[in-house]
Amino acid sequence: MDLTVNGEARTFGGDPDMPLLWYLRDELGLTGTKFGCGAALCGACLVHVDGVPSFSCITPMAVADGAEVTTIEGLSSDGSHPVQVAWRELNVAQCGYCQSGQMMQAAALLAETPEPTDEDIDAVMSQNICRCGTYPRIRAAIKRASGQEDA
Amino acid sequence: MALENISRRAVLMGMGAGALVLALGIPARAQEEEQKFGADAMPHGWRDDPRIFVSISPEGVVTVTVHRSEMGQGVRTSMAMVLADELEADWAQVRVAQAPGDEPTFGNQDTDGSRSLRHFFGPMRRAGAAARQMLREAAAAEWGVPMDEVTAENHVLRHEGSGQEAGYGEMAARAAELEVPEREGIVLKTPDQFRYIGKDDLELIDNPAIVMGTTIYGIDARVDGMLYAVVARPPVLGGRVASYDDSAALEIPGVERVIAIDSPDLPSGFQPLGGVAVVATNTWAAMRGRDALQIEWEDGEHGSYDSEAYRATLEEAARSTDGAVIRNQGDALAALAEAPRRFEAEYYIPHLAQAPMEPPMALARVENGRAEIWACVQAPQVTRVRVAEKLGLQPEDVTVNVTLLGGGFGRKSKPDFVLEAAVLAQEMGQPVKMVWTREDDLHHSFFHTVSVERLEAGLDENGRCTAWLHRTAAPTIGSIFAPDPGQKLPFELGMGLTNMPLDIPNVRAENPQAQAHARIGWYRSVSNIPHAFAIQSFIDELAREAGRDPRDYLLEVIGPAREVDLAEQGDVWNYGEDPGRYPLDTGRLRRVIETATEAANWGREMPERTGLGVAAHYSFVSYVAVVAEVEVSDTGEVRIPRVDIAIDCGPHVNPDRIRSQMEGAVIMGTGQALTTQITFAEGRVQQDNFDSYVVPRMDTSPREIHVHLVGGEDPDQPLGGVGEPGLPPVMPAITNAIFAATGQRIRALPVGDQLRT
Ligand code: FES
Ligand code: FES
Repeated sequence: MDLTVNGEARTFGGDPDMPLLWYLRDELGLTGTKFGCGAALCGACLVHVDGVPSFSCITPMAVADGAEVTTIEGLSSDGSHPVQVAWRELNVAQCGYCQSGQMMQAAALLAETPEPTDEDIDAVMSQNICRCGTYPRIRAAIKRASGQEDA
Repeated sequence: MALENISRRAVLMGMGAGALVLALGIPARAQEEEQKFGADAMPHGWRDDPRIFVSISPEGVVTVTVHRSEMGQGVRTSMAMVLADELEADWAQVRVAQAPGDEPTFGNQDTDGSRSLRHFFGPMRRAGAAARQMLREAAAAEWGVPMDEVTAENHVLRHEGSGQEAGYGEMAARAAELEVPEREGIVLKTPDQFRYIGKDDLELIDNPAIVMGTTIYGIDARVDGMLYAVVARPPVLGGRVASYDDSAALEIPGVERVIAIDSPDLPSGFQPLGGVAVVATNTWAAMRGRDALQIEWEDGEHGSYDSEAYRATLEEAARSTDGAVIRNQGDALAALAEAPRRFEAEYYIPHLAQAPMEPPMALARVENGRAEIWACVQAPQVTRVRVAEKLGLQPEDVTVNVTLLGGGFGRKSKPDFVLEAAVLAQEMGQPVKMVWTREDDLHHSFFHTVSVERLEAGLDENGRCTAWLHRTAAPTIGSIFAPDPGQKLPFELGMGLTNMPLDIPNVRAENPQAQAHARIGWYRSVSNIPHAFAIQSFIDELAREAGRDPRDYLLEVIGPAREVDLAEQGDVWNYGEDPGRYPLDTGRLRRVIETATEAANWGREMPERTGLGVAAHYSFVSYVAVVAEVEVSDTGEVRIPRVDIAIDCGPHVNPDRIRSQMEGAVIMGTGQALTTQITFAEGRVQQDNFDSYVVPRMDTSPREIHVHLVGGEDPDQPLGGVGEPGLPPVMPAITNAIFAATGQRIRALPVGDQLRT
C-alpha cells in the first residue's frame, strides 16, 4: 500500500485491515492523532484523507491506499493555521487530548463552510467528544478563526 | 516539543546544575511545626526549596519543575506562573519540566482533592521569591554593591547607582552557589506587585505543543524495542480465568506471546484485575489477538450483581432505622413526629465511570534490576511504591516519568494499569506499552459509588424547616482496601453530609449498611455528587410545598451569614484543612447564590415549558452556586440554553483556568443529569463505548455558560479548591429547572427518558 502522509510518500506492507490510526501512531510515530474509542464515536483520531475528515480508527489501510493523509502534525508547518492560532488565543484546551481531532474537524469544516453558523458548528463538531468540556471555547475559536465576531 | 522530564533532561548549566543533585542530599526543610492540616498532613508534605523547583540556564531560560500532574486543570501553567511571578521572570523565558514520582524530594504529588494550588501556592511563591533574592545577592557580590540596592525585575538585575545591569542567566551560576535564604527572611510581593497571579492574559504553557500535536500523553510514550499489550480481564469483580485457549490468537501476525496474569483476592486495592494478556508488535495485532482468545471465566461472588435489583436493596436500607447515626443535633425524630407538615423523598444516583478521553495507558521497561515507567498517573509516588512492591524492587530503583494526562477525574490516581505494564515488561524482558481500549476503561473503572439518599423533613405552620433526617446508603471506597465495612468513611460523609450547613434546629443523619459489588473509587467531587443532588433537590421540593420561591427558601434554610461549628456537627475532616483557617462561612455560600441568581435574572417571567433552577454546594473548601435554564420539548427533550455558575474559591490565582474548570464541570454535570450512567447485569458493566455511555457533545451541552468569580478580595484568605467543586450543584440545578419547566420531579439520575411522552 502506498500513501502520502503530510506530504511524504510512504509504503506499508502489513495487515491491510490495520486501521490507519495505528499505522500512523505505531509505525510512523505520528502520535498527535489520538485514540479515544476505536469506533467512530469520539473523533479523537480524526485526520484528513484526500481532504475529507475521516475517523482513522475505522479507516483500514486498504482504504488509505493511494490517499493523501494529513494529520495534526501536517495541518501547518508552524502552527499558523487559523484554527491553531484561534485555539491558542482562546486557551481552548484543558487536557488537550481531544484537541488534535477537534482542530482537524474544525479545519475541515472551515474549508467547506468558511463562515459557519452555530447550527453548522453543532452539526459537524458534535461528532467529537471533549470529556473536559471545552465546547464553548471550541465554538468561539471556530468563529474567531472564520473571522466572525464572537457571540 | 516533547514533554520534558527532568530525570531525562540534558544537564543545564547554571543554577540548576548541581541543585537537583544537591537537593537529594539535603534534608528537606519542610514541616518544622506540628503536622496537622493541609499540605502538612499529606504524605511527604511540601517543599519550598528553590533548588528543587527552579533552574536557570546561562541564556536565561527559567525552567520550573512542576511536581503535580497535568490533567487539564492547568496546573503546569498555574504553578509555573506563581513561581515566575515571585521570581520576576519574563514569561516568554519560562519553561516547565515535569517532576518524576519522588515525594521525598518534591513533597506530596497526589494530584487529587482539588489541592495543588491550595497546598503549593505558598511554597511556590516562596521558592520564586527566594530564587529572586539569591540572584540579587549574586549580582550585589559581583558588582560590590549592597544587595538592597539591586533590583530584579522582569528578568533583569540592575544597580541604579552604578548603572550596572545583567540578565538572570548571567548571574545564575553564581546564585546557585549561595545559601537559600531563611524562610523567615524571604520577602514576598504584595498583591499590587503581581505580574501574572490573578491576571487573565497568560497563554497555557503547553499550548504551542498542543496545537502541533506534539505533546506526550501516556499513550504516546515510546522507547526502542517496545511491544504493545492488551489484557482480557475478568468481567466481574473478583472473577478469574477458569480456562483459556490462545491458539487462534498466536496465529495472528504480530502477536508475540499470550501471558496469563493471576487475579488478586478481594479486596484488591490498586492491584491489576488479572486475566489474559496478548503482547504484540503493534496495538492492532494485540487487539486482534485478544479478540481471538477463547476464555472461560469464573465469576465469583459478585457474578449476580444487578444494579437495578441493587437499587431496591439500597432503598430498603435507606428505609431501615438501624443505621449508624453519624450526625445528631437537637431531636430530629421527635421534631418530625410533631411537625404539622412532613415530607419525604428518595433520590437515586447511579454508578459512573470517569472515562477520561485518554484511557489508562502506561509504558514500562524493566531491566538490570531497575524499572522505568512512563504513564499518565495522578499519584506518581504511589505508583512508584506499588511498582517496586510488585517487582520486588526498592522504590529508588523505580523511575516514574509523568506524562501529560488526557483527563483523569480520579481514574488515574489508581495505578492498576501501570502495574500491568510493569509485570508484562518484566515477563517479556522488553519494554511493554499497556493499552486500554474504551471498553476496558468503562468495564474496569474504579466506579463512582451508587447511592440512595432518603430525606425527611418537618415544616412548621410558616413553612420553616424544623426537622431534617438524612439517610445515605452507598457502597464505600473503603471496600477496595479492606474487608467491606459497609459504611462510608469519614471523608465520604464529610462531603456534604456531616458538614451540611443548613440552619435547622433538629438534624439527624444515618448511614445504614451497603455492600460493594464493583470496584468503587474516586470520581471528580466523589460523595458530594449524591449528597448535593439529594439535599439541593429536597430543598427545592420543600420550597414548592411551602409555596415559596426556591431561591428565597434556599437562602432561608441556609440561614444568616455565620461560621458553622463543624466539630459540633460531627465533621472531623473539613477536606483536611484547619477549621480555624478554613471555617465554613455561610455568608460566602449566600453570596454565590445571590450572584448566580442575579446574573441569571432570577424571577423573570419564563415561557411555557422553560424554567430556572438553582442549587448551591460547599465542597473542597470552596463555594459554588449554579442556575440552569432549561427548555423541555413536548416530547420530553431537554435543552439547556444557559447556565450561570458562581464560585468563591478565595483569591483567584489563574482566573482563566478557574473559568475553564467551571465550564467543564457544567458540561460534565449536564451529562450526569441527563444521560450518563453505568449499570450492571450479571456482574458485568452494560456500557461498552460512547454509544451507550452517553457523555455530552457540543449539541447536547448548554449553549451558554457564564462563570462568575466571587470573592478573593482578601489576599490573605487561603485558597479553596477549583477542579471539583463546580460539579455537585450542576445536576440538582438542572433537575430543579426541569421541575420549574414541567412540574415533573426528577429523583433518579440520569433523566434519560423519564420525561419522554
Ligand atoms: S478513536 Fe476514532 S472516533 Fe474515537
Ligand atoms: S481537552 Fe480534555 S478531552 Fe478535550
